[in-house]
Amino acid sequence: MKLTLKIWRQANTEDQGRFISYSVDDVSSDSSFLEMLDLLNEQLVAKGEEPVAFDHDCREGICGMCSLRINGLAHGPERATTVCQLHMRSFQDGDTITIEPWRAAPFPVVKDLVVDRSSFDAIIQSGGFITARTGSAQDANSILVPKCDADTAMDAAACIGCGACVAACKNASAMLFVAAKAAHLNTLPQGQAEKDRRVLKMVSTMDEAGFGNCTNYGECEAVCPKEISLDFIAKLNRDYGKASIKAFLSGSDE
Amino acid sequence: MAITGLIMVGFVLFHMLGNLQMFQGPDAINTYAHFLKTLPPAVMWGGRLFLLAAAGVHVATAISLTRENCKACPTDPGVKERVQATLSSKTMALSGSILLFFIVFHILHFTTHTIFPVYKTFMTDLDGQQVYDVYSMVIYGFSNAWIATFYIIAMGLLCMHLSHGVSSMFQSLGLRNNYWRKTFDIFAALYGWVIFIGFVSNPAAVLLSEYTSLNIFPVQDVLLRLS
Ligand code: HEM
Ligand code: FES
Repeated sequence: MKLTLKIWRQANTEDQGRFISYSVDDVSSDSSFLEMLDLLNEQLVAKGEEPVAFDHDCREGICGMCSLRINGLAHGPERATTVCQLHMRSFQDGDTITIEPWRAAPFPVVKDLVVDRSSFDAIIQSGGFITARTGSAQDANSILVPKCDADTAMDAAACIGCGACVAACKNASAMLFVAAKAAHLNTLPQGQAEKDRRVLKMVSTMDEAGFGNCTNYGECEAVCPKEISLDFIAKLNRDYGKASIKAFLSGSDE
Repeated sequence: MAITGLIMVGFVLFHMLGNLQMFQGPDAINTYAHFLKTLPPAVMWGGRLFLLAAAGVHVATAISLTRENCKACPTDPGVKERVQATLSSKTMALSGSILLFFIVFHILHFTTHTIFPVYKTFMTDLDGQQVYDVYSMVIYGFSNAWIATFYIIAMGLLCMHLSHGVSSMFQSLGLRNNYWRKTFDIFAALYGWVIFIGFVSNPAAVLLSEYTSLNIFPVQDVLLRLS
């Protein structure tokens, strides 16, 4: 395949940034999208030019590092697919493909296609955990979890924190991410003790990080590589409402 | 946002149903209007203030919501495709802003009669009592094609605002799940259309009576009598 790539190049956070066009030849339709970028980078290095910076790690759809907006869509044209799992057979020979970083105020561009997603880490640090003695694992059946709860928690836990939900949202809202992370723990018995505090803290950290507000139009769900459902956002709203009322009545902010 | 929206959603349904009494003739709507105007002042002003407060809080939260969202999204020089968002959901701030303008206009037009003070003089006889003639005011008001068209367009925008908003508010209140989502979406679209058709029926019927051979309302009689 022969392709024209319109790629966002930006030297650093302060740089204005611009699209630059490249052409790549001999792309196998069996290669992954990232392998195609590797090919481009080899050509750039051979010519003594700066390779295109992009995030990636596992390349098997589980780590959440890869993060490209391809032809305007987070993670490209295939549903339920990370960029690393996207293959060039989804494109046609001769195509022009536009490749951009996630764009949201809380995700500043570090370089080219790489953005800084540490605001997600801050959200997790504020409540996306269970305070429990670690050490040797406890007996598997000491806490019984109903199958349906375990399934719901697993569906939420499938979130890999890639940030596609934010990238696809016209408001740059992180609600789907926060909803998945909160629901994962709030659904399980181990998460009950800190449920209210978790929800309030994670939501306020999300707001402080400068993410926008959810206006329920569902683009996040549509691009999510793990198909996290909007159900979890409704659950987050519900849990947040309950936690706020309890906090108000008890006069505490936790 | 959702709660104030819900209050107005309830209000517009009753307002729309009330308006339909136009089709039952002058006495029906004039009796209804007279009943509303002669409610105990505490009830009438309580209701008015409650609705105004709901609208005020709705607009205030809409402004801060839109502001925050604009701040979160830096200017985007690239391409951005949408997979499933509806037009109504993408244009809530626009439809809302035009509705705000419409609501102010509507109150100055039909409630306070500030725009056309001549409306103040429309009186009629109801069971031997002199009451305000809402029936003639509406027909007279909508006989102006510009105003009728503006009302019709505004109601189209209200239909859009509601077809996203009514489903969205269930999600905001945490009352929606995948099992109910489709039902709420259909309900919201239906609700929007019912409200639209109900409200538009009056200006549309006046225009049809005025400019075609249909004779739903006695437009010419009213115009002759009042001018
Ligand atoms: C007065 C002018 C109005 C303005 C400026 C306004 C603006 C807005 C905005 C910006 C939103 C949030 C939008 C989004 O999802 O992106 C919204 C939501 C909504 N509006 Fe309005 N609106 C107005 C009038 C109305 C009226 C008259 C009604 C009902 C009859 C209404 C019902 C709703 C509902 C139900 C929602 C959804 C709330 C939610 O999702 O939680 N609005 N409005
Ligand atoms: S590189 Fe790990 S999910 Fe794509």
